[in-house]
Amino acid sequence: MKNWLMGIAAAGAMLLGTTAANAGRDLDAIKQRGTIRCGVQGPSNPGFGVPNAQGVWEGFNVEICRSVAITIFNDPTKVEFVPVTSQSRFPALTNGEVDILSNNTTWTLTRDTGVNRFNFPAIVFYDGQSVMVPRRLNVTSAKQLNGATVCVQPGTTTELNLADFFRQNNITFRPVVIEALDELRRAYDQGRCDVFTNDFAALAAQRTLLTNPRDHVILPERISKEPLGPTIRQGDEELSNIVAWTVFALIDAEEFGITKDNVDQVAATNTDPRVRRLLGVEPGMGAAVGAADPSYVRTIIKAYGNYGEIFNRWLGPTTPLALERGQNNIWTNGGLLYAPPAR
Amino acid sequence: MSTFETPNSRRPASEATRTALWNDPVKRGIILQCALAIFVVFVIWAAHSNMLANMKARGLVFGWDYLGRSANFAIGESLIPFSAQDSYGRALIVGILNTLKIAVVGIFLTTLLGISLGVMRLSTNPLLSRLVSGYIEIVRNTPLLLQLFLWYAIINSLPGPRQAVLFGPGMYLSNRGMKVPWIEWSPALWPMIWAFVAGVVGTVILSRSLARRRAATGDAPALWPFALGLVLGLPFLASAAQGFPATFSVPALQGFNFSGGIELSPEFAALLTGLVLYTAAFVAEIVRGGIQSVYKGQWEAARSLGLSSGMLMRLVILPQALRVIIPPLTSQYLNLTKNSSLAVAIGYPDLVHISNTTMNQTGRAVEAILVFASIYLTISLLTSAFMNWYNARVAIRER
Repeated sequence: MKNWLMGIAAAGAMLLGTTAANAGRDLDAIKQRGTIRCGVQGPSNPGFGVPNAQGVWEGFNVEICRSVAITIFNDPTKVEFVPVTSQSRFPALTNGEVDILSNNTTWTLTRDTGVNRFNFPAIVFYDGQSVMVPRRLNVTSAKQLNGATVCVQPGTTTELNLADFFRQNNITFRPVVIEALDELRRAYDQGRCDVFTNDFAALAAQRTLLTNPRDHVILPERISKEPLGPTIRQGDEELSNIVAWTVFALIDAEEFGITKDNVDQVAATNTDPRVRRLLGVEPGMGAAVGAADPSYVRTIIKAYGNYGEIFNRWLGPTTPLALERGQNNIWTNGGLLYAPPAR
Repeated sequence: MSTFETPNSRRPASEATRTALWNDPVKRGIILQCALAIFVVFVIWAAHSNMLANMKARGLVFGWDYLGRSANFAIGESLIPFSAQDSYGRALIVGILNTLKIAVVGIFLTTLLGISLGVMRLSTNPLLSRLVSGYIEIVRNTPLLLQLFLWYAIINSLPGPRQAVLFGPGMYLSNRGMKVPWIEWSPALWPMIWAFVAGVVGTVILSRSLARRRAATGDAPALWPFALGLVLGLPFLASAAQGFPATFSVPALQGFNFSGGIELSPEFAALLTGLVLYTAAFVAEIVRGGIQSVYKGQWEAARSLGLSSGMLMRLVILPQALRVIIPPLTSQYLNLTKNSSLAVAIGYPDLVHISNTTMNQTGRAVEAILVFASIYLTISLLTSAFMNWYNARVAIRER
């Protein structure tokens, strides 16, 4: 009887201990706090988000969050980076521990409409699930993987796509499921699995951390569509607009040829009204988006450059990840990046 | 002679019942129990309504409908057949069974190893006792999670399946685990199973009758030749009568991995090794404490009766030491069961592992946590109930 009561009391304490609900708007809370809390992949994801030697986060996803901070506060340092795992990210976002996820979360129907109720204001990276195998296995297609042991992260779309793919092709596999990406990669590196599966870009990032990256190939097939983008809670249209139009500004800037180096010159001399509106030379866009400063786009481009510059700096051919632009090129160059008109 | 009377004796009987409530132990007890019960109900109600309010504020709904939906993820090892089309509910059962599997095997091996280590620690051989005490101190004082990572890394650094070590006929050791031949299931095996059950029952009956005979006459034949014959011989005869219908499935390299036989997966092996070595260090200390708590006179008395050291331990010391050992041993069993949730870190699909995945794929965090918390509570309470029953059996019976 005593044990029973103690158990109930403990459970009660646990349930009572949950934090109170956020009653106000997310954006108001962010402004009041003075920082935006940005969930990134922990402990790190090369190229996308890694703390540098000084402990400052940097990478593709990090600069997306910093750009959003410029839009809200006109200050890229007003971001708190919170490392989250594939399993802790959604509870962290639902409970308000983070305001925005910038950690390669896939936009799916269940995540958009389901119990979690999230919003995906924009897509920043078009990816697809791939498989990586040791070169010596001489595998050329994922369909040859019957009976293979596959290393996969739990709680991801990857885990579901994997089961779907093997089921659809009538072949079997044996999963090894470890949450911590570092541990999972180590298991693959040691040969516990024949196959490592993840989104293509994430695999490219993980490959750089293997003992002998050249001994591993990422097969050309994409077994799923993975549109990745910043994720926020549903119910705050203003924050949603800010995130969307920060991303669109980066894409537009590339389309108009505005770069980190020439942004001031373009702002001073360009006569294209679309460019002038984007850079805040002709007012309107900043106020409509709800930015702290009407020329927020100019500040962002000066700090990080346009989409292409951010991509090339962290993920492009000169980086260890060596990703091609591919689908992640602007639409005028045959890619999928297309921003609605800023007017 | 005193003419005084005590105030009580002068009070009429009806007045005696008018004692103040807080001075009446029975009524006070009832009131306190009621207050406590009301408090507990209030806490549950507050927790429940707080939970619902918080969930509502986040736009979440509470419900168990997700358990029936298709899980769509695969599970690496399972005691029952499981495929991605099966429901979250079935996945949860796979998780529970995997947790029970590690707990049962772990507790069994921990008990054996812990008792042996505890006895060795008391050995008069200084090399042995120092070695054991060094082992205990190192293992007890480093984090279990670290040890699990170590074991997992060690097991994963075994050669790959194509370079597997052959350590017996059809037995392979590789970083895909240990593979050994196993009897392939067929209904023709039923007579063998029944013969085995009959053998076990027969052994138990025989052991009782031999014990009675020994108590009555002081002499009886040894049990073990009969036990061996019954437990192993009967199934053998049953099988021979059918012309040995059992076929063995022998592991063979096929494509990427071995198929056939049964397997001890690296994840299970690492978790089991880690948990058993860690918990056994604690159990060893408990056993040592228990043995040392037996009064010196008992040792001397037993020796003076001419008992061998094995009999001394088995008949005199351990029965008395068990009274001290059982309660803390129960805690170690519970610890082992709960520590098995560290499986998450090395990818063994236990209850927490599957609940985490479910939580992530469905967004039902509150439900999933309630489920696994209450399952752990149930397993722990059952373990403790069993151990309390056993403790009552070995406790001193005052006559």
